[in-house]
Amino acid sequence: MEVKAPTPQIPPAVWTEFKDLQEWEKYHQERPEGDKHSAVFEQATEGLFHFPGGFIVTTVADAFLNWARKSSVWPVTFGLACCAIEMMATFASRFDVERLGMVPWASPRHSDLMIVSGTVSIKMAPMLKRIYDQMPDPKWAVSMGSCANSGGPFRHGYHVVKGVDRVIPVDVYVPGCPPPPESLLNGLLLLQEQIAHFRTTGKRATPNPKID
Amino acid sequence: MTPDAARALCQERLGVPATGEGMALVLTVPVERWAETGRFAKDTLGCLYMSFSTAVDWKDQGLEVLARVENLDAPFSVTMKTRLPAGETRCPSLVSVWRGADWMERECYDMFGIQFEGHPDLRRILLPQDWEGHPLLKSYAVDTPHPPYR
Repeated sequence: MEVKAPTPQIPPAVWTEFKDLQEWEKYHQERPEGDKHSAVFEQATEGLFHFPGGFIVTTVADAFLNWARKSSVWPVTFGLACCAIEMMATFASRFDVERLGMVPWASPRHSDLMIVSGTVSIKMAPMLKRIYDQMPDPKWAVSMGSCANSGGPFRHGYHVVKGVDRVIPVDVYVPGCPPPPESLLNGLLLLQEQIAHFRTTGKRATPNPKID
Repeated sequence: MTPDAARALCQERLGVPATGEGMALVLTVPVERWAETGRFAKDTLGCLYMSFSTAVDWKDQGLEVLARVENLDAPFSVTMKTRLPAGETRCPSLVSVWRGADWMERECYDMFGIQFEGHPDLRRILLPQDWEGHPLLKSYAVDTPHPPYR
C-alpha cells in the first residue's frame, strides 16, 4: 500500500501584512533636525563657511570635533533586561569597548549614548524618557535587541511598548535576541561612523549610504 | 500530622471533603466560607506559610479565586478554591489570617479586578495607578491601545 506523505502547508509570510509597518510609521519618533544648538553659533559658522577660504576652517573644525566626539562616546549604564548581560560582556575585558573610547558611566548627565538593552514596559517608558532628557546634547541612542526594536516576543503583551522608537529617537538598531557582544560592537562602530558625519552646526548629517 | 490525618480533619471539622492526590490537598468551598476555611487551614491544619494566591477567569462561569498554603512541618499543602458567581468580583480577604496574603491579593486585584473585602490597602501593585482595566481577564483585548506608547 502506498503511503502518501502529507503536503506541508507553509503559512504566508508575515511581511505580507503591512499593518505593522503603517503603525510603525505612524508612531515612530524622528530625531529633530538640529537638536539643541545655538542659532547664533550656526549663523556664525554658516557665515564663516561662505566667506572666501573660510570653508577650510569649518571643515577642519568639523573633522576635529567629530573625531573628538566619536572617540569619547560614553554610554550611560542602563540595563533593562537580559540584553544587559550581553551589554556588560561588551563592556568587559574580552570585547572591551573602552579601546573605542566608550566608558560606561553611571550618570546620564555625563553621557552621550544610551543603549536601550531590553524590553521597555509602559511603566518604564516615562523614566526612560526622563533619563534620556537628562543627557546633554549631542546625544545618541542605540536600540539593542528585538524587544527594544519592536517589542520582540512580548509585542502583544499588555504592558510592552512596541519598540523604543516610540519613546525616544533611535540612531542604530541592533537586531538579535539577545544580540551577541560582536553584534553590539558592530552597532557601536556604525554609530561612530554616523557621528563622524555630524556637522558642527548641530544638524544631523545627511544619510550615510554605507549605514542608513 | 500526615496528609491522611489532615483529610480526616477537613471532613470532620469543616465538613468539606479534601480532594487532590497525595500530599496536595484541595479544598473547594463556597465563597461565604472562604475566610473560615483560611482560619481552619492555619489553626487546625497548621498551614503557617502562605505560598500564593491568584485567580482564574472562566469567562461566563465566573472567576475562581485560589490560594495555596503549606504546612512546613508536615508533608502536605492545601490549595483552597472558591468560585465567584458570574459578574461578581467581591471576595473576602485572607490578610487577617496570613499577612503574606497582602501583596498577593493586591496583585490579584491588579490583574483580575477582584475586590478583596477587608483588605487594608487594596490598590494596584504592578501596573501604574492610572491603568485602565485588568489585563489578565479574558475580556481584556489583545493590543489594547495605551497612548502614547502603544
